[in-house]
Amino acid sequence: MEQNKNTILEIHDLSISFRMYDSRFEQTELKVISDLYLSVSPGEIVAVAGASGSGKSLLASAVLGLLPANASLSGHIHYKGQELTPELQKNLRGGGIALVPQSVEFLDPLMKVRSQTGGRDKAKTAERTRVFKRLGLPDDTENLYPFELSGGMARRVLVSTAMLSSAELIIADEPTPGMSLEQSLQALTMFRELAREGRAIILITHDIDLAFEFADRVAVFYAGTTVETAPASDFKQGPRALRHPYSKALWEALPQNSFRPIPGSQPYPGDLPKGCLFAPRCPMRTAECMEHVPPVRQIRGGEVRCFYGS
Amino acid sequence: MRGRFFNLCSALIKNGMKILSLLLAVSIIAFVLVTLSPIDPVQQYILGLGTAISQEQREEIEEYWGVGEPPVECYINWLTNVLRGDLGVSSLYRRPVADIIGERFLSSLALMVSSWLLSGIIGFSIGCLMGMRHGRFLDRFLKKVCYILSSVPTFWLGLVLLLVFSVWLGWFPIGFSSPIGVLSGDVTFGQRLYHLVLPAFTLSLMSFPNIALHTRQKLVEVLESDYVLFARARGEGNWDILRRHGIRNILMPAVTLQFTSFAELFGGSVMAENVFSYPGLGSAVAAAGLNSDVPLLLGITLFSTLFVCVGNMVADLLYAAIDPRVREAVE
Repeated sequence: MEQNKNTILEIHDLSISFRMYDSRFEQTELKVISDLYLSVSPGEIVAVAGASGSGKSLLASAVLGLLPANASLSGHIHYKGQELTPELQKNLRGGGIALVPQSVEFLDPLMKVRSQTGGRDKAKTAERTRVFKRLGLPDDTENLYPFELSGGMARRVLVSTAMLSSAELIIADEPTPGMSLEQSLQALTMFRELAREGRAIILITHDIDLAFEFADRVAVFYAGTTVETAPASDFKQGPRALRHPYSKALWEALPQNSFRPIPGSQPYPGDLPKGCLFAPRCPMRTAECMEHVPPVRQIRGGEVRCFYGS
Repeated sequence: MRGRFFNLCSALIKNGMKILSLLLAVSIIAFVLVTLSPIDPVQQYILGLGTAISQEQREEIEEYWGVGEPPVECYINWLTNVLRGDLGVSSLYRRPVADIIGERFLSSLALMVSSWLLSGIIGFSIGCLMGMRHGRFLDRFLKKVCYILSSVPTFWLGLVLLLVFSVWLGWFPIGFSSPIGVLSGDVTFGQRLYHLVLPAFTLSLMSFPNIALHTRQKLVEVLESDYVLFARARGEGNWDILRRHGIRNILMPAVTLQFTSFAELFGGSVMAENVFSYPGLGSAVAAAGLNSDVPLLLGITLFSTLFVCVGNMVADLLYAAIDPRVREAVE
């Protein structure tokens, strides 16, 4: 597999399955991510967009090596050109890779914010004061317990943990819900600043508008696979610039566009179609789509997993 | 600060009222049960005298004790005396009930406190160990040990330990709280401790599996939580997580359990003290029950209720000290 030395993270053909027991106590494999690809370079923000259940959040756990014990993983993840082994992942946690989790539930409920954002160390305190100020957090936030934070404050505290780290790759899992539009813009502006420092950022979100606005590239997930990655500008232009029928449908479904959803729903992991995962709902499908998984093709500076994408 | 003090006082008063009404209810139930008991206290008293007495003497005793008075009147008499601070005289030991409770409680206290601490420390540590090794061999093995120990009756376990360590190996005395034939004034602290080991060990073997299994369960929950996932993502290792997040978050359920185990401890001490002939409150309550010593039985019942209630109240107050969320709710 060829490795681009310039990327921070490169994912190829990643599949994740969970061992489950069905009602007759028989072990079954539940495939939640199939043949996923994604890459991110220094200074770049890649937004990962998709409906809930498309495997977005699992991606973060897979990269950090924090999948539950009953999960099995296949495919390749490379960090700066190096195969990401469990030992490397262990070293990168708290070092090269930082996670910005979804909600206040990810903070220890019985520990003050201070201890969870670097502790009492003098240099860390100075840095924290600076970061909190920039995020618009009140001075005494560090003395509060997580239950005393408002939703928006909690998100900003979570964002601050990544800003306080020296990570070269930041994976932000839904960092903006619960913030006002102003706060969201502020947080995303900070991610842009972090990117300018040369860090790579994966922004997992279902806030597609903000993703278009702030990301450099957008990866669209569907049923645990990447259907398309494209420059964010293509998404701003509209369906004609997009390559995959699902991306086009997603664009059409936005309120400011025609607000028109396509029929059907995302397939359940235990019940995936044989060929292209989107085929059952696709207006362009042919017999081939139902039988074979389409390869990833490079088209107009983007990538698409479709036989007919153009 | 003043607000906090005021809150503490009002919590104490509220709890005190609850305990008082509970004590009243417990005394009524205990009294009714004793009235319904087929054992005749007068007969037991006479048996205890060891000499034959005439019918007239018997009637005298009956009159003195108020046999034949309606139970309600008896209860009210007893209650007014209790409110004056007089718990009555034990028909078995022929001494004031309050004195007996005080004396027996002290030796029971040594037994209960040592086994309480022992089971708390062993239970919590083993629970943490099981939680950390969740699903592995050590966890499965210790879990089976805990299940076996908690299903075994205390008195049987006591008998087995007695047989092995006292009879076969001869390491420990076979009973009592001090050596036989030594004046109570001459008994050394070491001797008392030596007699305490086996009963205390039996009693803690009974209650530590419960604490260990609960601690394990809570720790497993904590380790599967989102905040531990995030802590791992920030590079914290297993022991960092136990130290920083684990113990902090399982301390409250552990404290609850530890203080509510007062009730079990009391029940267990009745068994353990009887097996080891340990002269504590537990063996006194068994003797009082078998001899229908009503004043002593009621006195110990009230006292043990109070003891368990105080345990629960201490747990309530400790919550506030441990958990900032409870502190906020109280204030």
